[in-house]
Amino acid sequence: MIAAFHHAETPVHRLRPGVKIAAVFMGATLAFVFANWIALAILASGVLVLYVIARIPPALALAQIRPALLILVAIFALHAIFDDWLFGLFVVARLVVIIVLAALVTLTTRVSEMVAALEIGLGPARHIGIDPSRVALAVAMAIRFIPVIATQAAAIREAQAARGLHRSFVAILVPLVIRSLRMADSVAEALDARGFETKERVGKDSATIDSQQKPSVEAVERVVD
Amino acid sequence: MNLPALSTKDIVYIALFAAVIAAMALIPPIPVPVIPVPITAQTLGVMLAGSILGGWRGMLAVLLFLALVALGLPLLPGGRGGMAVFAGPTAGFLFGWPLGALVVGLLMERFWGKVDIVLAFIFNVIGGIAVIYAIGIGWLVLMVGADPLSVVTGSAAFIPGDLIKAGIAAFVAVTVKRSYPIIARRA
Amino acid sequence: MIEIRDVSHRFEERTVLQDLNLSLRERRIAVVGANGSGKSTFARLLNGLVVPGSGKVFVDGLDTKAKGREVRRRVGFVFQNPDNQIVYPIVEEDLAFGLRNIGISGAELKERIDAELARFGLTHLRNQSAHLLSGGEKQLLAIAGVLVMRPSCIVFDEPTTMLDYRNKRMIARFVSDLEQQVIMVTHDIELIMDYDRVIVFDEGRVVADDRPGTATQAYIQRMSVA
Repeated sequence: MIAAFHHAETPVHRLRPGVKIAAVFMGATLAFVFANWIALAILASGVLVLYVIARIPPALALAQIRPALLILVAIFALHAIFDDWLFGLFVVARLVVIIVLAALVTLTTRVSEMVAALEIGLGPARHIGIDPSRVALAVAMAIRFIPVIATQAAAIREAQAARGLHRSFVAILVPLVIRSLRMADSVAEALDARGFETKERVGKDSATIDSQQKPSVEAVERVVD
Repeated sequence: MNLPALSTKDIVYIALFAAVIAAMALIPPIPVPVIPVPITAQTLGVMLAGSILGGWRGMLAVLLFLALVALGLPLLPGGRGGMAVFAGPTAGFLFGWPLGALVVGLLMERFWGKVDIVLAFIFNVIGGIAVIYAIGIGWLVLMVGADPLSVVTGSAAFIPGDLIKAGIAAFVAVTVKRSYPIIARRA
Repeated sequence: MIEIRDVSHRFEERTVLQDLNLSLRERRIAVVGANGSGKSTFARLLNGLVVPGSGKVFVDGLDTKAKGREVRRRVGFVFQNPDNQIVYPIVEEDLAFGLRNIGISGAELKERIDAELARFGLTHLRNQSAHLLSGGEKQLLAIAGVLVMRPSCIVFDEPTTMLDYRNKRMIARFVSDLEQQVIMVTHDIELIMDYDRVIVFDEGRVVADDRPGTATQAYIQRMSVA
């Protein structure tokens, strides 16, 4: 899976993810606390300098704004029509600076680094019952199974196309959800078998279901008619 | 805050459902004749997370999905991802997702015995639309200094599509409940 | 050594297993039977994934009901679907996961991973995305993931059913080289012809328990009676 990481060897890339994320929060907060053009200009220059140090190509930097472009224009229009166009411009400019600053984190940090940082960052959460290693497992499993489930979704879509149902969300989602839940049961079984356990299996809790005893997926797919 | 204890199965359900939500971005938006905006599947995934996994697990599945997006994975429609997504004006709608799943899920759990498609639809509207829009619009107003009323009117175009999604989610949830009830297993 | 004593098991009103009394000591044991015959449930008794409704199962003297965790250290389990056993996105990470579960870390972790990868010919795939592996490679990875726990026995539940012929042969080769006791649930008679013992299940009972030639005859006969 291709993430939005832009590879280079720069001080920004080497910064710890936690530091970068904290910087984004600080920058955003400052932009709102000091809501004036001068403060914004200073912040914007800071972001620009960071982008230069991180050797991000200008085109790539600009591309970060593209997804939000439409709504930014709408916001400006809203203000221009209903109150003050200059204020509208400021609001949009501020958003742009914050978005671009946040994007820099993703551009300069590998997904694996972010995951490691997440696990460390969650350390204190042990006190409210969150186990960072289980969170890390959940993150890894989700990443691991996205292509598996996406493939299944495509296969289901194809199968339903043969019945003219490929444009029906229901015809795709019911089998997909059921298959994913059954997959989850199997994966949980495999995890238990590999020594990852959260409680002892005793008596009734431990009954696993013979695969033949669940309704077949085909039967369920036919329900969606 | 003390989270309910999660078994191995819970963790797997959460992880796999997060993957399902991600995979739904790959189902191309389906244009519907009367609606101005094509329906994207992902908010549907949020409603489903709550409807099928229940309140806490549904919320955690959605949180996990958002965490993956924050980590930099291009899991939102159009291949969007990364921290920038959470810095924009519409980020509030994303923040509303986990809460929306929680509300839908808690309602489903509370009335599990009586849930039928009508009730499921209502729950999805409450959690999947009302809650999410409240947070999304609130955030937008805060970030952008816009007049709440105009933002609300602006969002109106998306409501019909979301109502259809709530209907689809309700139907899927009720169908899955018949053959593979997850929420009941808890008890 | 696994002992099954007076085991019966029901699931949702249906009797899945009846009156089983077996001692499993042989090095290569096969379990065959039609779908629904109870063989998959039987397999799961052996590592405590399923605890019998009545009767007991002992692994090296350990009661699977009371000592499930220790039992599962000694008895590894390989499932039918290769995909569902790999939980980390990258090959190497998945092996590391299994090792960390049993408390291995640092230099020893790296050593064991290198050793397992080499043994299964997966070294060149160590940084590969799991979903890009072939079915056979995934199954090898699953077996490797089980082996890192150094079990004394491995139960296989139809490990080749979802694989093509070439991958089937590859898995068969690796399994035959294993030092551990192997208990193989399978449809594939070809795989088990040189096993020490074949147990045939039908409707929850053992209907044949013998050397391959004899037992498989009984199995084929039952299968032919439509």
